[in-house]
Parts: sequence; C-alpha cells; structure tokens
Amino acid sequence: MNAPADVITDAVGTSRPRLEGPEKVSGRARYAADHPMHDLAFGVVVTSPVARGRIRDIDASAVLTMPGVLGVLDHRNAPRLDPQASGFFGPDGSMQLLQSDSIPHAGRAVALVVAQTPHEAQAAADALAVTCDAHPHDTTFTADHPAGRAALTVLGEDANVGDVDAELASSPVVVDERYFTPEEHCSAMEPHAATAWWDGGRLQAFDSNQGAFDVARTLASLFSLELDQVRVRSEHVGGGFGSKGLLGPQLILATMGSMAFGRPVRVTLTRRQVFLMIGMRPATEQRVRLGADTDGSLRAIDHQAAFEISPLAEWVENCPEGSKVLYATRAIRTRITAVPLDLTPPGPMRGPGLTPGSFALESAMDELAERLGIDPLELRLRNEPAVGPVSGLPYGSRNLAACLREGARRFGWHSRDPRPRRRREGHLLVGTGLAATAFGSSAFPSTASITAETDGSYTVRIAASDIGTGSRTALVAIAAEALRVGTERIRIRIADSDLGPAWSASGSRGTPSWAWAINEAATRLREQPHDPTRPVTVTVDTAELFTGRFVREVHAYSAIFAEVTVDPATGEVRTRRLLGMFAIGRVVNPLLARSQVIGGMIMGLGMALHEEGVRDPVSGRQVNADFAGYHIPAHADVPDIEADFVPEYEPDEPSGVKGAGEIGTVGTAAAIANAVWHATGLRHRVLPIRLDRVVEEMA
Amino acid sequence: MNDDGRSDISLRVNDVTHGLNVDNRTTLLDALRDALDLTGSKKGCDRGQCGACTVLLDGRRVVSCLTLAVAAEGTEITTVEGLAPDGELRPLQRAFIQLDGFQCGYCTSGQLCSAVGMLAEHAAGWPSAATVDVSADASAQELDAVEVRERMSGNLCRCGAYPSIVRAVLETADQQAVTR
Ligand code: FES
Ligand code: FES
Repeated sequence: MNAPADVITDAVGTSRPRLEGPEKVSGRARYAADHPMHDLAFGVVVTSPVARGRIRDIDASAVLTMPGVLGVLDHRNAPRLDPQASGFFGPDGSMQLLQSDSIPHAGRAVALVVAQTPHEAQAAADALAVTCDAHPHDTTFTADHPAGRAALTVLGEDANVGDVDAELASSPVVVDERYFTPEEHCSAMEPHAATAWWDGGRLQAFDSNQGAFDVARTLASLFSLELDQVRVRSEHVGGGFGSKGLLGPQLILATMGSMAFGRPVRVTLTRRQVFLMIGMRPATEQRVRLGADTDGSLRAIDHQAAFEISPLAEWVENCPEGSKVLYATRAIRTRITAVPLDLTPPGPMRGPGLTPGSFALESAMDELAERLGIDPLELRLRNEPAVGPVSGLPYGSRNLAACLREGARRFGWHSRDPRPRRRREGHLLVGTGLAATAFGSSAFPSTASITAETDGSYTVRIAASDIGTGSRTALVAIAAEALRVGTERIRIRIADSDLGPAWSASGSRGTPSWAWAINEAATRLREQPHDPTRPVTVTVDTAELFTGRFVREVHAYSAIFAEVTVDPATGEVRTRRLLGMFAIGRVVNPLLARSQVIGGMIMGLGMALHEEGVRDPVSGRQVNADFAGYHIPAHADVPDIEADFVPEYEPDEPSGVKGAGEIGTVGTAAAIANAVWHATGLRHRVLPIRLDRVVEEMA
Repeated sequence: MNDDGRSDISLRVNDVTHGLNVDNRTTLLDALRDALDLTGSKKGCDRGQCGACTVLLDGRRVVSCLTLAVAAEGTEITTVEGLAPDGELRPLQRAFIQLDGFQCGYCTSGQLCSAVGMLAEHAAGWPSAATVDVSADASAQELDAVEVRERMSGNLCRCGAYPSIVRAVLETADQQAVTR
C-alpha cells in the first residue's frame, strides 16, 4: 500500500462509529417529515385510477366543504412548470405534475388535497371525485417489442471490438443464453417526504433526497426561480439507493401547495405511492453469448440487453457495462435496446445497469465454466486483461484476482466438488457459487469550504449527503488527514444546498467527489498564513480543475461467494453463507464501509430470491405495491455475512479511495444463482428464484 | 367518546401523562408523531408490514400504526425517546452505535424497541418459531443468532444492517445475563 508519504494522522483507515449515532438511537434525528413547524398544512396526493388516458373531470366541490380542507390543486389551477427542466438525461416528464389532463401511467399524481391535518387531508383525498377516460395501454415488456429502439449512448458507446460472429463461429465452446430480471424497487424505509415554505421570497424545503444542491437546482429551474431563491436541506435521510437522486414528486407538490396556500405544506408519499410513483429498476431481458477455447481463453463476448422505459423521460439501464471491462477477449459486442411502455419512468437503483447485467454475464461465465470443465474461479483468473479490452486504456489499481484468491481461501472454495447436486445434508441440497464484479469509479466536481477557527478547530462545509452511507463521518476523517490534525478538531456541515454545488450521493461517486473538494480546500488553507486572531476560510470548487478526461480504467472490484441450501420438496432456497472480498481503494472507515458493502450484498440477496414488482397487464398497475407483496430480505433471510477488503490505494482518486455504495449489490445475485445451480444442477435464468420456479424445474 | 367521533384521552408516554383530544380513528403512531412531537417512531408503511413504528405497551412490543390511540389509554407507552430517559444511552443503544447496527437510522427506533421487547419475551421463556425445545426451562434457553433473527423478523431494514443488529442484540443479552 503506497499511501502518500506525508500522511501523519490515522484519521483515514480507522474504524469510528457514526457521528450522528447518538441522535439516531435516541429518536432525536429529524428526517424530512419530522420537523415541527408553525402553521403547517398537509398535502395528500391523489393518483390516477387508470394506466393511460385523460382526466375528464375532477369535482372538488364536495371535498372543499370537508373539515379542515384548504383546497385542491389539479392540472387546471396548479402553478405552471418549465417543461424543459431536466432530469438525468434531458427534459423529464415525470416532473411535470398537474400540468395537463393526460395520464401517462398508473399511479400518476392527478391532484393534491391540502388540509389542516394529515387526517383531514387524507379523508378529503379519499373522497375526491376523479373521472377519467381510459385509453388502451401497454405495460408488457419483451425484448422484441416492436416499439424497441436503441438506447441513448451517453453512458458509453456500444462496444464493437473484433469480429464477434467469426470468433463465436470458431469457438469450440459457446454459451448462448437469455436472462430475465423483473422490475425492482429501491424501497428505502423512509417514504419520500418534503416540507416546503416561503420565507421572504425564498423557497425553503426539508426534503428526503440524495443531493440537496442538485435537487435545489432542478427545483429552481422547474418553477422558473433563480437558484438563490431556493434552499433545500436534507440533514437526515432514511435511505435512497437511487430512488431519491432526483427532484421527487413530494417536493414538487409540497412547493405547489406552499405557493397556492401561502403556508408551509408537507407532502409524504404513502408506501404504496412510493412503489407506484417513484422510478423502479426496469425489467430487463438479456442475451449473452460467450465463445472460448478449450483452455478457457475467451474469444468473444456478445452482450445484448433490452429494458423498459417510459416516453416521459430517457433512462439507460446500462447492462453490458461490466462486459466491457471485466475480461480479456478478442471480440466484444454490446447493444442496448429501450422499449417504451406506459410505465412510471424507470430510474436508478443500486448499481443501475451493472446489477442486472452482472447477473447475466456472471451466470453465463458459470455456464461456460461448467461446459469447459474448468473451475469458475480459474476461468476468471485465466481471462485477466492487461488493458481495457474495449478502451485500450491501462487499468488503475486492479485487484480482482486478489479478491478472487483471498475470497476463495477464506470461503474454502478449493475443497468444492465442481459437479452439481453432489452435496446433501439431510433432505437439503447444498451448493456454492461465485461471481466477479467491476464498478467504475471517478470523482466529479464539488464545492467545499474549510474555516480555520481561532480556537484551533476547523469547520468543513460541503453539500454532501449522508443517506446512511456514513459520509458525515468519513468526510471528517478525510478532512482531518488533509489538514494534518485529529478528527476531534473537525466540525462538518452537510446536506444544505446553500453550501454550494456538490455531487450527490449517487453512482458510488459521492465520497471520491467530496474528498477531492475537501482535499483541495485543505491544501490551499494550509498554504495560507496562519492568523490566530480571526477565522480564515478557503472555498474551492473543483469544477475549475475537472477535465472530464479519463486516462485509465479505474474501477472497484469484488468477488462474491455464496453457499445456499435448497429444499427440493418446497423449493425454498436459503442463503447460508455469503462472503465478499472488495477492492475499493483505501478504506476510509472499515466499520462503516463493511456495513455498506454488506447492506449492498443483502440487497443482491433480495434480488436473487425475493424481489419482483408484479404488474397486471389488464390494469397496467403494480399489484404488489406494499411490503406484504414486494418482499425485501428480513432478519431471518440473512445469514452472518463476511465482507473484507484487499489492501489497495488508487493513485488517480482523491485520498486513494473508490466508491463502495453499490458494488456489494452487483455480483451477489449471480453468485447465489450459481450456487443454486451447483446445489440442484438446474439453471435459473429468471429472477427471482422463487419457490414455484425451483419446484417446477425440479419436477 | 363524544358524538363527534372524537375522544378525550390521556396517554402515558415515557413516564409523562398527556391529555389529548383525538379522532377515534387516530393511530397511536400518528398521536405520538403529530400530537406529541415524538417523531422518533417512524412510519415506513402504515400497514403493519415494516416495524419502523414499533413501541412498547406495558413492556410488550406493538406496531403503533396498527394500534388505535384510544386503545392505548391506561397503558405505559415507551417509545425510542424513552429508552434513555435521563439522556444516558442504555447498553443496547450503545451496542448499536459501537457495532454499527444501523445505516440510515430510519428503522432503528423500531429495531431498538423491538429488541427491548424481544429480550424481555425471551427472558420470560416465550418460545419462537426457531425454538427447538419449547419445554425447556426458560432461564436455561440460550439466545443465539437464529433465535434473534426469527424474533426480529418483523423489523425490516432496507440498508441491510441486519448482521450488526443481531450482534448488538446478542452482546446486550450477554451483558444482561452477566448482570442478572
Ligand atoms: S409503519 Fe407500522 S409497521 Fe410499518
Ligand atoms: S438503517 Fe436504514 S433501514 Fe435500517
């Protein structure tokens, strides 16, 4: 590990509990719906009863006489929004709420009822008479849907390396399979909530989001306000996982309410509304073809992915991303097709693209190992690339092989009988499987201020977010190291858009991006003459340093190992062991980083075995829009999980760190699916691996 | 109960008695959060499916979103705010911090209240679905990870803090066993 020679503190690399721990275990931490506020009114969202159509009438007359009701907003009287306001990839129709009578998908907000109390608002919302004309809708996704078209290439051009068809034709061993993943939902435990009010011509909000500055900027453009007229704060956020990365409907509607009724308005989505209104991971269908020589050398990777999208907003579920960087091969081809349907616009969910893509690629690699008669671990090691197989760029720190070898040693992989359906314990079948992962890492511009106070302490200000990621705690350590002082001398303020532009907690780019700005500010502060009589502040925006050019392939890596038991009578799959070895650069706080990657692995476990948004083609609606129907892992589903890190330092990244937020999720589903094959001898190419699917395959 | 569908009730929460006039349909969760500003209890689903709203009624855990405020009259209600009444965190809370038994913290109030109730249930000899020998002497039953996972399964955590939560609960149970 070659950390910079002049590092003198142990701030980075030491486990420390979360700074906000005492507040969170005593119920004192206030989330977006928890702030008491004078004169607060409550808005309840009314959603569309049809999956596509037109609002014929909303008759509010009866509702307006109900106790406590202040009013009803719909497309006829709601404040106008700028249709050009952008989401992730250009203008985003999902933000254009209450702007027209058209209904583009089930669960679309059609009205906001505002009343003095939450109960009065809910009662009025239940009573609101909405009549619609239903139009035919199409919510049934297939890869060969006639509406399918090429996806945007903003996240990377399709790969066209070598002659894939010729290589496949001359490969002695070929895998050619299709893989399916359903709609999945981030399901953060905190439903989206916002409180908005006006304070001397300035719009103020407490909101549940992953990036207060980005949300404020989008909010300003949507309502045609100047950026300095908007302030958004999100001190404590109850999880996001992608679903709170954008300006959400809760804040748009709360803002409308505060404008219309001249008082603070709080909008909290119900759990059901979170399922119906917030972008999900789209369903995917993928075809993966691998060709290899008998010694296991890959000759070709062909990864073709299709996913569902909404015409309201662009989205790219970039499934083949991992196929471009994981393995050496002579030929690589990737294609991505977007299929527009009448759906809530899909959005990011932990490891977007890579996660379903990894399930397909790493399952196919396991199938290839089986057909070659080569150990799946060995197959991956044999195809370690020297340079990026598509980009041709050299790799930054790349310790996938170390993750695989060390993980295998700890897991006891080498004593594994490669043949499936050999291990039994009583009536249970037992199997093990693995998967490898790469997850791109980089740093984006942010603004940080550091003040050297007169008492020798420092105050760091940056509009970072802590959505459970531990960033508050990690950034204090990074600042302490950069300033060469102990962590006890650092105070930090985050999650306030007034602190300036900052990358959000997304794309596993949060910590590297914020660390960059903090490091630059600290360096410049240390160059300032010291003045003990007055505080000295330095502010840096790394946008001035950002080139947008990447000269190396910089990725985090992991190897995930799983052991499952399968009950052949009931089809029940249980994950008995899960081990992840990670190469995420320097680990700022091992206690917190371990929690984060373990949490990611548990989400991958849910993807493998439980999670599935079920859509009824007749109504066009998700029928399991609650936790009784949409199953996320519970305590009893989760074994003790081992996760650890190989020593690493990434010289191209600030503080030597890579992101850790998503990589835990990416490879876990394939590792579990491969273990289920090893236990049963049967492949599951459709997620989740439900009881009925196991029983059917066994029959 | 009055004719207007409202009731004057008194709720005893964390050793303090509060007089309230509530709509009879008000859940205990809403009464705590909206009327008493005890926002530590969270609303993850409002349907009894997530456990984020778990509180203790006379020491027994309930999901407060499925409990009517009027029905909680006459009980001793303990919320997460009452777990450390004098500001001194109890061992379970300290274990959650030290072992990182939460990430976003949104499920945490529920996990903590649930764990307090669960440890009491176990100490009282109540079996769970994971208990192998239900005839065994209560005090001799050992609490292990499988038992804790089973008994805590009503409390969802999307951040996936489960392994650390189980460790924190077991460590606390060990300490209690030593001091008992
Ligand atoms: S809010 Fe009560 S169980 Fe979810
Ligand atoms: S800590 Fe975030 S849901 Fe449990």
